Amino acid sequence: MTTNIWFVMAVIGVLTFLTRLSFIALAGRWDAPPLFRSALRFVPVAVLTAIILPELVMPGGSLDISLTNARLLAGLIAIFVAWRTKNTVLTIVIGMAAFWIFQIIVK
Amino acid sequence: MNASSSSQEFFLGVRDELPILVGVFPFGMIYGILALSMGMDAASTQAMSAIIFAGSAQFMTVQLVGLTTPAAVMIITAFVINLRHALYSASVAPYVKHLNPAWKTSLAYLLTDEAYAVTITHYQQDGDLQHKHWYFLGSGLALWTSWQLSTAVGVFLGAQVPASWGLEFTLALTFIALVVPQIKDRPSLLSALTAGAVALLAAGLPYRLSLLTAALAGITVGLWSEKR
Repeated sequence: MTTNIWFVMAVIGVLTFLTRLSFIALAGRWDAPPLFRSALRFVPVAVLTAIILPELVMPGGSLDISLTNARLLAGLIAIFVAWRTKNTVLTIVIGMAAFWIFQIIVK
Repeated sequence: MNASSSSQEFFLGVRDELPILVGVFPFGMIYGILALSMGMDAASTQAMSAIIFAGSAQFMTVQLVGLTTPAAVMIITAFVINLRHALYSASVAPYVKHLNPAWKTSLAYLLTDEAYAVTITHYQQDGDLQHKHWYFLGSGLALWTSWQLSTAVGVFLGAQVPASWGLEFTLALTFIALVVPQIKDRPSLLSALTAGAVALLAAGLPYRLSLLTAALAGITVGLWSEKR
């Protein structure tokens, strides 16, 4: 480990806490610009999709869009389950079961 | 202050958080296992769960530790991932406006995806606002306790879980469960598609800088689509 993990952890911890406190502390004293508020709405969707998609189509670092990619197939099933049920636990359980089954089939 | 309705609200918050904990507990265990496999020690792995207390940012941070990423990149990446909490903060702010600074500080520390989900639903229901911050505290502390315990279990199990199980895949699955229900109009769909495409195109950049590039592109396209 080249960087000091305790230092990084402390900085991230403080920033995360201040992010959570931001509007709670400012309530009634300062209103965020409308553009900023609109932009916030897209943060989770953009950030999380940018994490998910490479995990599904680039396992091991190179592009793999084929029927032998267990992560991609299981991910598509999980997306379907999440869309139909909006249930977090069900999405994880079915997605993981599908991943293990596809891994066995592909081998 | 009415003590009995305070404790009633508190335990109602704990109770409503319980179904979510079923999903959180394995997530915390996997975090603990993953952190050790990325070369972190038990003390820093456990401390991160208390200091950062945000699952997705912790997962990403320990992955970046494994890639020996510069501190600045780790900090900016975690900040961007956690920026969504500002949205939750803005959303609960009107309901906690009347509380003293100690309450506001404590509740802000406990403002996670999972505590927010049940608390905002409770706030939006009818009823006396006077004791509802106890509900927030109950759900937040239930999640906090479960997160610390599950991390400890993960650290304890450590290397006993073989890598071939692919447990890190649960991170992608958890995010799918969070994201998909949020894509409910054209701007959010375009934002997601752009972020995903840019993440793939920029995948060659070092230290997962593709994540920041993709997030900015996705947010910009979402705003642009909304304005049209």
